[in-house]
Amino acid sequence: METTLAGFWQPTQIAYAMILLAMFLALVRLVRGPSLPDRVVALDLITVLSAAMLALDTMATRQTVFIDAAIVLALISFLGTIAFARYLERRARGE
Amino acid sequence: MSELIQDGLLLAGCGLLLLAAVGIVRMPDLFTRMQTATKGATLGISCILIAVALAMDDFGLAIRALLTVGFFFLTAPVAAHMIGRAAYFIGVPLWQGTIADELKGHYDERSHILSATSSVAAQSADKETPGR
Repeated sequence: METTLAGFWQPTQIAYAMILLAMFLALVRLVRGPSLPDRVVALDLITVLSAAMLALDTMATRQTVFIDAAIVLALISFLGTIAFARYLERRARGE
Repeated sequence: MSELIQDGLLLAGCGLLLLAAVGIVRMPDLFTRMQTATKGATLGISCILIAVALAMDDFGLAIRALLTVGFFFLTAPVAAHMIGRAAYFIGVPLWQGTIADELKGHYDERSHILSATSSVAAQSADKETPGR
Protein backbone atom coordinates (compact mmCIF):
# COMPACT_ATOMS: atom_id res chain seq x y z
CA MET A 1 0.00 0.00 0.00
CA GLU A 2 1.36 3.37 -0.97
CA THR A 3 1.78 5.87 1.79
CA THR A 4 0.86 9.50 1.49
CA LEU A 5 2.38 10.39 4.84
CA ALA A 6 5.83 9.26 5.89
CA GLY A 7 6.54 6.84 8.67
CA PHE A 8 4.15 5.46 11.23
CA TRP A 9 1.26 7.87 10.84
CA GLN A 10 -0.43 6.42 7.81
CA PRO A 11 -4.10 7.37 7.49
CA THR A 12 -5.23 3.77 7.96
CA GLN A 13 -3.40 3.51 11.25
CA ILE A 14 -4.83 6.81 12.50
CA ALA A 15 -8.26 5.52 11.47
CA TYR A 16 -7.74 2.29 13.41
CA ALA A 17 -6.69 4.25 16.49
CA MET A 18 -9.72 6.55 16.28
CA ILE A 19 -12.15 3.65 15.91
CA LEU A 20 -10.55 1.83 18.84
CA LEU A 21 -10.93 4.94 20.99
CA ALA A 22 -14.56 5.30 19.87
CA MET A 23 -15.17 1.65 20.72
CA PHE A 24 -13.76 2.18 24.19
CA LEU A 25 -16.04 5.19 24.75
CA ALA A 26 -19.09 3.21 23.59
CA LEU A 27 -18.03 0.42 25.97
CA VAL A 28 -18.01 2.96 28.81
CA ARG A 29 -21.64 3.78 28.03
CA LEU A 30 -22.47 0.09 27.72
CA VAL A 31 -21.17 -0.52 31.23
CA ARG A 32 -22.46 2.67 32.86
CA GLY A 33 -25.74 3.15 30.95
CA PRO A 34 -28.48 3.69 33.53
CA SER A 35 -31.31 2.13 31.51
CA LEU A 36 -31.60 -0.83 29.15
CA PRO A 37 -32.23 1.32 26.02
CA ASP A 38 -28.96 3.14 26.77
CA ARG A 39 -27.13 -0.15 26.61
CA VAL A 40 -28.93 -1.14 23.41
CA VAL A 41 -27.88 2.12 21.75
CA ALA A 42 -24.29 1.62 22.90
CA LEU A 43 -24.28 -1.95 21.59
CA ASP A 44 -25.66 -0.72 18.26
CA LEU A 45 -22.85 1.83 18.02
CA ILE A 46 -20.27 -0.87 18.84
CA THR A 47 -21.60 -3.04 15.99
CA VAL A 48 -21.36 -0.11 13.55
CA LEU A 49 -17.81 0.50 14.75
CA SER A 50 -16.97 -3.16 14.16
CA ALA A 51 -18.36 -2.88 10.63
CA ALA A 52 -16.19 0.21 10.11
CA MET A 53 -13.18 -1.73 11.35
CA LEU A 54 -13.96 -4.54 8.90
CA ALA A 55 -14.12 -1.97 6.10
CA LEU A 56 -10.68 -0.75 7.18
CA ASP A 57 -9.46 -4.35 7.15
CA THR A 58 -10.63 -4.60 3.54
CA MET A 59 -8.43 -1.64 2.72
CA ALA A 60 -5.44 -2.77 4.75
CA THR A 61 -5.29 -6.41 3.66
CA ARG A 62 -6.76 -6.09 0.14
CA GLN A 63 -9.06 -9.03 0.92
CA THR A 64 -12.54 -8.40 -0.42
CA VAL A 65 -14.10 -10.97 1.96
CA PHE A 66 -14.11 -8.51 4.83
CA ILE A 67 -16.69 -6.21 3.21
CA ASP A 68 -19.14 -9.14 3.06
CA ALA A 69 -18.61 -9.68 6.77
CA ALA A 70 -19.35 -5.97 7.30
CA ILE A 71 -22.63 -6.30 5.35
CA VAL A 72 -23.71 -9.31 7.43
CA LEU A 73 -22.78 -7.50 10.64
CA ALA A 74 -24.92 -4.52 9.57
CA LEU A 75 -27.89 -6.82 8.89
CA ILE A 76 -27.58 -8.62 12.22
CA SER A 77 -27.17 -5.34 14.08
CA PHE A 78 -30.42 -4.01 12.59
CA LEU A 79 -32.33 -7.18 13.42
CA GLY A 80 -30.93 -7.23 16.95
CA THR A 81 -31.92 -3.64 17.61
CA ILE A 82 -35.43 -4.21 16.28
CA ALA A 83 -35.80 -7.33 18.43
CA PHE A 84 -34.64 -5.45 21.52
CA ALA A 85 -37.05 -2.59 20.81
CA ARG A 86 -39.99 -4.94 20.38
CA TYR A 87 -39.09 -6.78 23.56
CA LEU A 88 -38.89 -3.53 25.52
CA GLU A 89 -42.20 -2.32 24.17
CA ARG A 90 -43.98 -5.58 24.94
CA ARG A 91 -42.54 -5.52 28.43
CA ALA A 92 -43.82 -1.95 28.87
CA ARG A 93 -47.27 -3.12 27.75
CA GLY A 94 -47.12 -5.88 30.34
CA GLU A 95 -47.59 -8.84 28.04
CA MET B 1 -5.34 13.26 -5.97
CA SER B 2 -7.42 10.11 -5.67
CA GLU B 3 -5.33 9.07 -2.66
CA LEU B 4 -5.98 12.43 -1.06
CA ILE B 5 -9.76 12.06 -1.47
CA GLN B 6 -9.66 8.53 -0.06
CA ASP B 7 -7.61 9.52 2.96
CA GLY B 8 -9.79 12.56 3.55
CA LEU B 9 -12.99 10.48 3.44
CA LEU B 10 -11.42 7.84 5.68
CA LEU B 11 -10.34 10.30 8.33
CA ALA B 12 -13.62 12.25 8.11
CA GLY B 13 -15.55 9.02 8.61
CA CYS B 14 -13.45 8.00 11.60
CA GLY B 15 -13.78 11.50 13.04
CA LEU B 16 -17.58 11.29 12.76
CA LEU B 17 -17.60 7.86 14.42
CA LEU B 18 -15.40 9.22 17.21
CA LEU B 19 -17.79 12.18 17.61
CA ALA B 20 -20.71 9.75 17.87
CA ALA B 21 -18.88 7.86 20.62
CA VAL B 22 -18.00 11.06 22.47
CA GLY B 23 -21.63 12.12 22.19
CA ILE B 24 -22.88 8.83 23.58
CA VAL B 25 -20.73 9.35 26.67
CA ARG B 26 -21.22 13.07 27.17
CA MET B 27 -24.89 13.67 26.31
CA PRO B 28 -27.27 14.08 29.27
CA ASP B 29 -30.15 11.70 28.49
CA LEU B 30 -31.06 8.74 26.32
CA PHE B 31 -32.77 10.63 23.51
CA THR B 32 -29.93 13.10 22.91
CA ARG B 33 -27.44 10.23 23.11
CA MET B 34 -29.46 8.29 20.59
CA GLN B 35 -29.57 11.07 18.02
CA THR B 36 -25.80 11.68 18.22
CA ALA B 37 -25.03 7.99 17.93
CA THR B 38 -27.39 7.37 15.00
CA LYS B 39 -26.48 10.36 12.86
CA GLY B 40 -22.76 10.25 13.58
CA ALA B 41 -22.50 6.52 13.03
CA THR B 42 -24.47 6.56 9.77
CA LEU B 43 -22.47 9.38 8.23
CA GLY B 44 -19.18 8.01 9.56
CA ILE B 45 -19.54 4.51 8.20
CA SER B 46 -20.85 5.89 4.90
CA CYS B 47 -17.69 7.97 4.48
CA ILE B 48 -15.49 4.98 5.32
CA LEU B 49 -17.32 2.65 2.94
CA ILE B 50 -17.13 5.19 0.09
CA ALA B 51 -13.40 5.54 0.78
CA VAL B 52 -13.04 1.74 0.59
CA ALA B 53 -15.04 1.64 -2.66
CA LEU B 54 -12.70 4.25 -4.14
CA ALA B 55 -9.52 2.63 -2.83
CA MET B 56 -10.11 -0.88 -4.15
CA ASP B 57 -10.13 -1.24 -7.92
CA ASP B 58 -12.94 -3.76 -7.83
CA PHE B 59 -16.32 -3.01 -9.34
CA GLY B 60 -18.21 -5.71 -7.43
CA LEU B 61 -16.76 -4.56 -4.15
CA ALA B 62 -17.63 -0.95 -4.89
CA ILE B 63 -21.24 -1.96 -5.59
CA ARG B 64 -21.43 -3.92 -2.36
CA ALA B 65 -19.95 -1.05 -0.37
CA LEU B 66 -22.43 1.44 -1.85
CA LEU B 67 -25.31 -0.98 -1.19
CA THR B 68 -24.19 -1.16 2.42
CA VAL B 69 -24.24 2.64 2.58
CA GLY B 70 -27.82 2.60 1.28
CA PHE B 71 -28.72 -0.10 3.78
CA PHE B 72 -27.37 1.94 6.67
CA PHE B 73 -29.24 5.04 5.52
CA LEU B 74 -32.47 3.03 5.39
CA THR B 75 -32.18 1.06 8.61
CA ALA B 76 -30.47 3.39 11.09
CA PRO B 77 -33.44 5.80 11.39
CA VAL B 78 -35.90 2.90 11.72
CA ALA B 79 -33.87 1.25 14.48
CA ALA B 80 -33.41 4.56 16.30
CA HIS B 81 -37.11 5.32 16.04
CA MET B 82 -38.08 1.95 17.48
CA ILE B 83 -35.63 2.20 20.38
CA GLY B 84 -36.75 5.76 21.12
CA ARG B 85 -40.41 4.75 21.03
CA ALA B 86 -39.84 1.79 23.36
CA ALA B 87 -37.77 3.94 25.71
CA TYR B 88 -40.53 6.56 25.82
CA PHE B 89 -43.05 3.89 26.78
CA ILE B 90 -41.00 2.40 29.59
CA GLY B 91 -40.55 5.92 30.97
CA VAL B 92 -36.86 6.66 30.53
CA PRO B 93 -36.42 10.10 32.16
CA LEU B 94 -35.85 13.16 29.97
CA TRP B 95 -33.08 15.64 30.69
CA GLN B 96 -34.01 18.30 33.28
CA GLY B 97 -33.30 21.01 30.71
CA THR B 98 -35.89 19.66 28.28
CA ILE B 99 -38.15 22.50 27.19
CA ALA B 100 -41.10 20.65 25.68
CA ASP B 101 -42.37 17.08 25.57
CA GLU B 102 -44.85 17.25 22.74
CA LEU B 103 -45.74 13.56 22.94
CA LYS B 104 -46.91 13.83 26.55
CA GLY B 105 -50.45 12.47 26.87
CA HIS B 106 -50.75 11.70 23.17
CA TYR B 107 -49.99 8.00 23.53
CA ASP B 108 -52.64 5.63 24.77
CA GLU B 109 -51.19 3.91 27.86
CA ARG B 110 -52.68 0.53 27.02
CA SER B 111 -52.66 0.17 23.24
CA HIS B 112 -49.62 2.43 22.52
CA ILE B 113 -51.55 4.10 19.71
CA LEU B 114 -50.77 7.72 18.96
CA SER B 115 -53.73 10.10 18.86
CA ALA B 116 -53.95 13.72 17.76
CA THR B 117 -55.76 14.87 20.89
CA SER B 118 -53.98 14.76 24.21
CA SER B 119 -55.53 12.34 26.71
CA VAL B 120 -54.74 14.85 29.49
CA ALA B 121 -56.75 17.49 27.64
CA ALA B 122 -59.56 14.97 26.98
CA GLN B 123 -59.81 14.14 30.69
CA SER B 124 -60.03 17.80 31.66
CA ALA B 125 -62.70 18.27 28.98
CA ASP B 126 -64.66 15.38 30.52
CA LYS B 127 -64.54 17.04 33.91
CA GLU B 128 -65.95 20.25 32.46
CA THR B 129 -69.06 18.43 31.22
CA PRO B 130 -70.32 16.58 34.31
CA GLY B 131 -73.53 15.49 32.59
CA ARG B 132 -71.81 12.64 30.78
